Amino acid sequence: MTASNKIDPEDLVDTSTLRVKLIPFLDRFGILIVILLIGLVMYALQPDVFFTWRNITNIFKQTSANAMLSIGMFLVILTAGIDLSVGSVLALGMMTLAVTNAGGVPWPVVIVLSPLMGMLAGFINGVGLTKLRMPHPFIMTLGMLFMARGAANLISGGVPYSGLPDPVRFLGSARIYLGEFDGTRYNLPIVLLFTIAVYFVFWILLEHTVFGRRIYAVGGNPQAARVSGINVDRVLILVYTLCGLMAGVAGLIMAGRTNSGFPNAGIGMELEAIAAVIIGGASFFGGRGHVLGIFGGVIIMGLIKNGLNLNNVSSFWQQILIGAIIIIAVYIDVLRRDFATRH
Amino acid sequence: MNDVNSGDRIQPLLEARGVSKYFGAVTALRDVNIQIYAGEVLGVVGDNGAGKSTFMKVLSGLHPPSEGTLLFDGREVKFNSPKESRDLGIEMVYQDLALAGNLNIAENIYLGREPKRSILGGLLKLSDHKAGLRMAQEHLDSLKIHVKSVSQLVEELSGGQRQAVAIARSTAFEARVVIMDEPTAALAVKEVGKVLDLIIGLKERSIAVVIISHRMDDIFYVCDRVMALYHGTNFAESKLADTNRSEVIGWIMGSKENPGEVAHDRVQ
Repeated sequence: MTASNKIDPEDLVDTSTLRVKLIPFLDRFGILIVILLIGLVMYALQPDVFFTWRNITNIFKQTSANAMLSIGMFLVILTAGIDLSVGSVLALGMMTLAVTNAGGVPWPVVIVLSPLMGMLAGFINGVGLTKLRMPHPFIMTLGMLFMARGAANLISGGVPYSGLPDPVRFLGSARIYLGEFDGTRYNLPIVLLFTIAVYFVFWILLEHTVFGRRIYAVGGNPQAARVSGINVDRVLILVYTLCGLMAGVAGLIMAGRTNSGFPNAGIGMELEAIAAVIIGGASFFGGRGHVLGIFGGVIIMGLIKNGLNLNNVSSFWQQILIGAIIIIAVYIDVLRRDFATRH
Repeated sequence: MNDVNSGDRIQPLLEARGVSKYFGAVTALRDVNIQIYAGEVLGVVGDNGAGKSTFMKVLSGLHPPSEGTLLFDGREVKFNSPKESRDLGIEMVYQDLALAGNLNIAENIYLGREPKRSILGGLLKLSDHKAGLRMAQEHLDSLKIHVKSVSQLVEELSGGQRQAVAIARSTAFEARVVIMDEPTAALAVKEVGKVLDLIIGLKERSIAVVIISHRMDDIFYVCDRVMALYHGTNFAESKLADTNRSEVIGWIMGSKENPGEVAHDRVQ
């Protein structure tokens, strides 16, 4: 027997290749499998209602505001940060819009005011965090959570405003009529297209622009980013500004859907956005996660709420279930990392 | 042995004159002078707190000196950020390696200096991942560094491979001075030799290399010249050929008499 006949067990089962190929695949697309499974369960429970065009588009409409908050929150969490203020900023944007509209400001200005207000709040978060050297973004954005909510109440006198012109409502409530088949009218909500477009833009931003890769670098190792000549403060300010912008857009969408502005809008929605981002596979330590995963996280939250509503399950159970899913999602991630680092 | 350094006929590539650095009331460096020559490896030794790391950070532009001047190619220079020193070709390899584990090898090598491509007639600049991967592979090949793939995440690499990536990053763009803080401290024994050979490879490319190290083995394997800092100031300096381990260890402890009996390598 010659040396060349020796069989290395490593050659027979190449576990390393399996790991190298399977894990990135599951990282990116595993969440789609989860969505498919949840969808199948829903379909089994409510075959007549769940898989109808009307219900599916409804899920998108109901989750659209959370989808906007979540993608902004994702950027922030990528940098190992957190933005607690997005729910309040949503309300501030919404009330700015409603109050100026009631004051007779023309609609083209009204429409941009909510996103602009969001950007401003986010910019203040970013500048405060970096230039005032806040020890953690938790502090700065907690402050903004109170200030934005206070400002929303202040400018509106704490009362809701209803009645908005159609152009302002367009993003939140307009639909494209697709036609009638078998006696059912099919409509495509504009906000569904808009959500997909926004997620596509953020995917390009994060995967294919220098700025996007630098966001990952800042989240992965801020010191490495700094010594590589990356202006970390600038990246952070831009990230928080974008997060605020998306909260303002969410305010515009919600105002359109409800045809009103109410100063209590968005209470607790920052936590739903954080939940969607975590379920979507982002790491709280920064630098990890993909746009597709976050989209999946938003859809999973929407599916669960929808499914439980269809089955007349109390909304209290929804809360319990979503809490459990957050913990399970992170536990799966812990297991995955164990598997990936085992040699 | 190395004629370039004998005498002061050749102009140093990088020079520090009378550099002091204060952090509030603390004096980290006091009147430090150094000359660094192309194609030479200079070892900087000193005990913990002797000011080695602070001094390297002054040279790399991370900390501006409180007093004194830096000269590059004979011209006075002032660095307000590491980017400015990098633009001149002064690169730093940090002890913690300053790599982002969640990015791949190529992205780490070009972090902060990413290859770009324009689309839509220059309206939008995108990161050119393909060019980055190709350039990284060519660069690693030229340094004879072997990795499975340049698209591997850095967190999957061993300590030695990470050190190699950090060195590759420091030399990716016409580096003229490479400063390394404890390049072998975090490595497995079998990886140390590879990294040291890589350092000798840099020297052969006429790069000026400065290494801070505690390991006498490393110093005596790669360096041409050694200098000691003690309590934040110059203590001693010599060509490697004119000194020995005991003497250098003595310098670290602040003694110029040759304390044979405390030299570690004399024991046994």
